[in-house]
Amino acid sequence: MIKTFLATAALGALLTVPAVAQDTNPAVVYDLGGRFDESFNQAAYTGAEAFMAETGVEYADFEIQNDSQREQALRNFARRGHDPIIAIGFSHGSAVETVSQEFPDTRFAIVDMVVDQPNVRSIVFKDHEGSYLVGVLAALASESDTVGFVGGMDIPLIRRFACGYAEGVLSVNPEADVLSAMTGTTGAAWNDPVRGGEITQSHVSAGADVVFHAAGGTGIGVLQAAADAGILGIGVDSNQNGLQPGSVLTSMLKRVDVAVQDAFTDAMNDEWTNGFEVLGLAEGGVDWALDDNNRGLITPEMEAAVAAAREAIIAGEVVVHDYMADNTCPATDG
Amino acid sequence: MGTFESFILLLDSTVRLSMPLLFAALAGLYSERSGVFDIGLEGKMLAAAFAAAAIGALAGNVWLGLLAGIAVSVGLALVHGFACITARGNQIVSGVAINFLAAGLTALIGHAYFSQGGRTPRLENEARFLPIEWPGAEQLADVPFLGPIYEELISGHNLLVYLGFVMVAVTWFVIFRTRFGLRLRAVGENPAAVDTAGISVTLMRYQAVIICGVLCGLAGAYLSTAQSASFVPNMSAGKGFIALAALIFAKWKPVPVLYACLLFGFLDALGIRLQGYEFPGIGEVPVQLIQALPYILTVVLLAGFIGKAEPPKAGGVPYVKER
Repeated sequence: MIKTFLATAALGALLTVPAVAQDTNPAVVYDLGGRFDESFNQAAYTGAEAFMAETGVEYADFEIQNDSQREQALRNFARRGHDPIIAIGFSHGSAVETVSQEFPDTRFAIVDMVVDQPNVRSIVFKDHEGSYLVGVLAALASESDTVGFVGGMDIPLIRRFACGYAEGVLSVNPEADVLSAMTGTTGAAWNDPVRGGEITQSHVSAGADVVFHAAGGTGIGVLQAAADAGILGIGVDSNQNGLQPGSVLTSMLKRVDVAVQDAFTDAMNDEWTNGFEVLGLAEGGVDWALDDNNRGLITPEMEAAVAAAREAIIAGEVVVHDYMADNTCPATDG
Repeated sequence: MGTFESFILLLDSTVRLSMPLLFAALAGLYSERSGVFDIGLEGKMLAAAFAAAAIGALAGNVWLGLLAGIAVSVGLALVHGFACITARGNQIVSGVAINFLAAGLTALIGHAYFSQGGRTPRLENEARFLPIEWPGAEQLADVPFLGPIYEELISGHNLLVYLGFVMVAVTWFVIFRTRFGLRLRAVGENPAAVDTAGISVTLMRYQAVIICGVLCGLAGAYLSTAQSASFVPNMSAGKGFIALAALIFAKWKPVPVLYACLLFGFLDALGIRLQGYEFPGIGEVPVQLIQALPYILTVVLLAGFIGKAEPPKAGGVPYVKER
């Protein structure tokens, strides 16, 4: 019985896969930090793996070690006939811009950045909406009315997280203090857990009892320091609730995995679209994470409050300010 | 929170941040006092951080991790020693090679073995150096002035921090009050004279290089098993070079080395805390400026205040017996 089933499945695979594999030969280029950063890049990896598990189509991937490899990696993939090619992270912007013009027949996608070329799909997330939700949770979980934010590199994208978070916190508790600090101003800021931990300790000593990070690999140090200090951390991008079980209040999910899987699937089914793709709460692009690791930390009131905020944003009753729209943050500037 | 408490917490953070610099600078002190320049402090620290975190994660024991860190660091120190002392190679080239080797190998081995992008798994608490609460810290916390100093600044650090301070005193004693120290200094100033006195220059320098390896091992283990709880590629982030600057800054003397390292740590801690701070009359200062502050101050201090730093005279020169 099982044998027959396996044989049929194998036969099915033989019949379908080669036909598909000819036109789809997807590739991913990760950003600095690498495939297993338990955060942003790993979400992309998860999406690519999910696509492979579902369709059986293999994909190629590359972890860059320094900035100069961005163009090389994209160009190599394009030259070898990979299509579509997804670049993960805003830093790939100029590389995608250049390489997409060299290979006009190859389909490219880039996450977190807009590249205005006819063969590029630009996938951007409404990070501020997800940050708003975890801000609501942070404000409700905080007993000291002081919460912290640790960013990675000081760029508008990360300020967008900080601003949405502050707005969420203040929507619940207008009196709350939101401490905010960036790890650095270079790419190294994504991968400096020691400094991340030290910033977290400075927030703790200033009274913060919930700290949200948007700092890639640096965030591992943030969550570690939060757990060591007995306060709550909030993860980002991937579900990081399991990194320090019981000490991570929640994670702001950025569904890079869904975006990657969708892009691959669209390419395979000839449904690929170029241009903008903006994924917010309504599109399922961002969200907050609830699982067995943090269920004990989330009270029914918190769940209700965050659900209400979620509905309000989706319905358009609450518009979370997007820092990148005008480079200002009314929640903290005012 | 009052200004006084904030200041104590700032000093507390200073101590934590300056410790890896202190170990590495003391390591460099032994090596350079003996006449072997070592710009491979960074690499040894990084390799030790990796070994400590990797073995700590596999064995679940902080001491095995520390031993592994020291062993790897001493191994690299011996490579440097062989190249510079026995083979009489260029000390700078050898140091650079060790830095490159460590940066590449740690990431490669970590990636191949743990498959987490070069990181090591998070360490359980048994495999880390945890803060030690001193007796009575909680009870005394409310005593004005002395309470916070005792609770935050003196108590609550991990074992390696206390060891670091002890090492400064030990180093001072060894260098300036023992026969070994006298010979070590002499070998860095005038190896021919030491040789004439019937003492082996080669042996002295190897001993110095091994001590350097042990201290770099402590610096690395501190980074990955005390200050954080896993290894991350390139986590030393230039600390070895800053330690070298501190060593020059302190004119190769143990107690000034402590001050120099504390100063660098203080500027770093200050940079973290000043972000988003509203200065009276000026307003908020951009993050970039705050983060450049330690470097600006370093340049100013180096250029204006410390005067001429004279390295050991025979530093960087391989010793060749006259024939």
